[in-house]
Amino acid sequence: MRAEFTPRVFSNLAIGNADDLVFGVAPHPVRCGLGLEIGSGKVYPEVNFTLPTMELTEATWTQVRAHYEEIGRQVVARAVRLKSPGLVLEFEDLPPMTERPEWGAELTQILKARLMEAQEKSGLPSALRVTPTDIREKGKPPRLRRGEPCETLLRAFEVSAEAGADILSIESVGGKAVHDKALVVADIPAIAFALGVLAPRDMAWLWARIREVCERRPGVVPGGDSACGFANTAMHLAGQKMLPEVLAAVVRAMSAARALVAFEQGALGPSKDCAYEGPVMKAIAGVPIAMEGKSAACAHFSPVGNIASAMCDLWSNESVQNVRLLSGNAPEVFAELLEYDCRLMNAASASGQAKALRDLMTLSDEWLSPQAAVLSPAATIEIASAIVSKTDPYDRTVAAGRAAVDLLDRGAREGRLALARKERQWLDRIGEALEALPADWRDLQAQLEPQYGHLYDKESYGLA
Amino acid sequence: MALSQRLFDAIVDGHAQLAESLVEEELKAGADPVALISETMIPAMDEVGKLFREEEFFVPELMLAGRAMKAAMEPLRPLLAAAGAKPVGVVVAGAVKGDLHDIGKNLVISMLEGASFKVVDLGADVWPEKFVEAIREHHPQIVCLSALLTTTMTAMRTTVEAIKAAGLRRDVKILVGGAPISESYATEIGADGYGATATDAVALARRQVGLSN
Repeated sequence: MRAEFTPRVFSNLAIGNADDLVFGVAPHPVRCGLGLEIGSGKVYPEVNFTLPTMELTEATWTQVRAHYEEIGRQVVARAVRLKSPGLVLEFEDLPPMTERPEWGAELTQILKARLMEAQEKSGLPSALRVTPTDIREKGKPPRLRRGEPCETLLRAFEVSAEAGADILSIESVGGKAVHDKALVVADIPAIAFALGVLAPRDMAWLWARIREVCERRPGVVPGGDSACGFANTAMHLAGQKMLPEVLAAVVRAMSAARALVAFEQGALGPSKDCAYEGPVMKAIAGVPIAMEGKSAACAHFSPVGNIASAMCDLWSNESVQNVRLLSGNAPEVFAELLEYDCRLMNAASASGQAKALRDLMTLSDEWLSPQAAVLSPAATIEIASAIVSKTDPYDRTVAAGRAAVDLLDRGAREGRLALARKERQWLDRIGEALEALPADWRDLQAQLEPQYGHLYDKESYGLA
Repeated sequence: MALSQRLFDAIVDGHAQLAESLVEEELKAGADPVALISETMIPAMDEVGKLFREEEFFVPELMLAGRAMKAAMEPLRPLLAAAGAKPVGVVVAGAVKGDLHDIGKNLVISMLEGASFKVVDLGADVWPEKFVEAIREHHPQIVCLSALLTTTMTAMRTTVEAIKAAGLRRDVKILVGGAPISESYATEIGADGYGATATDAVALARRQVGLSN
């Protein structure tokens, strides 16, 4: 009989001093895959990829397989050629690969086979992360805990683990429908409700199930979640000048409280690459984290290209299509870019200069964007401290938001962060909205019901 | 301050309730509904659009102004219906088959509504047949297709082909957008326009119905 799981409680920081938050090292390293240990001194590339423009159907399945065969073969060959000390491949399912879990499993097997060959022939330590797509968002409002999409998603985790996944992750969507609507009108109460009430409730339910899948398959590690559909949406819209940058920065901090729920429920890391809230997880839970920045420009632009690497344990390119470039195919090209980034970090660590490099990475971005300002080691500790000072996810979300407003406000007042007039106005407005939030989330729920109640299924969040 | 100036400001500042009550006051004072819209409310939204183009406003200000405009229209709606007034255009919008990403599409819809279009939102993962059905049912001038993945953008082509096969292609202008989409892809699949951002999409839609930007 399996031992009853008791959710972990995080009331202190695993890393309490910003000086100790450095790339490559986490208090609780993760051993996984084929002889890889993440967070015990070195940073490894995490290469992510996708298909070029093509249909994904039964008729094209042979070509799809061939693409993944090619990607796996070329990326692994590049890692061996560059004498990489370790490699992680991330296979992010495209929706049809989760909708037909056997498809995802087949590609998982293909990629894992390439990693196994490389280990046998060249001794390359490696791991395969598999991230099914959260397909539960179908339906209005989405039903998250029952119905076919939910059952299929859970089966996708199961068959991915069986097919050779070493790390399981997800970008879960609980609360996203409310957040999407709230974000574009900068409705802070509704954003706080989505991130602090709905998302944590869904994640607690979902991650308990992901953990159970991993318990049934020893060696498979529950990695972590990502607020991609929340904070990264804000980041991209801010990048297009659609949203204030300060809003994206505050939403990023608020999303960290949500991410912590996966670790309460047994996730061990490494967190997802697009979870820029990862440093806060590292500070609180001591888990290794994946990050992405300048070398993910193939997938999206970013105001945090260097600072994102300051505390990473895996360094990722987010996603790149398998298309031909002059030197080779894009996934192989980005494997090389990432490897050189990692070499530099690992050389700095080996020569006792990790903190100096980390500080340069931080310094080069920190005050050029509000979104970078909330990602520094010092800001990470401030936000993480605010989160662990509370116990309820809603209180933590609000506290993280207020901490972010406070540190941006200080940066602006001290002349380090140059904020345009309208950004400054928005920061004040966001700060006032956070201060005015009800102390009890139930009051907030009642307040938001007329405008947002139709967007979420109460039963899916244990609120019926 | 004159009532009409207060209404103008209420819309620009995105105060929905205030805008609605000011319209009610105007009507009580005997204002002509059509003049109220053309001389105060539409200029207010034009000002909002200008501030957005000049990067003085972000989307939230634009959306809140849109909501204020919508609220201000409420007391006028019955009077306008009686006068036979119509929206500037009808749009059918959806994320194409296989694509679950819809925030970009939702943003475009909100901005189109703010620009006085009537929008029929088909949601995400919309199959080509559903677009065809919606065109038959709602008779839009414009169809907006969105896709975020390299493997779902191909469904834009099949959707355009399905609309063509149903004999409806001449009835609608098809606009496409989404992260992997480009002007050349839009041309290649036979769409009528590509918008890189939600603002572009609204500008394109306005041009399709003969309005200037």
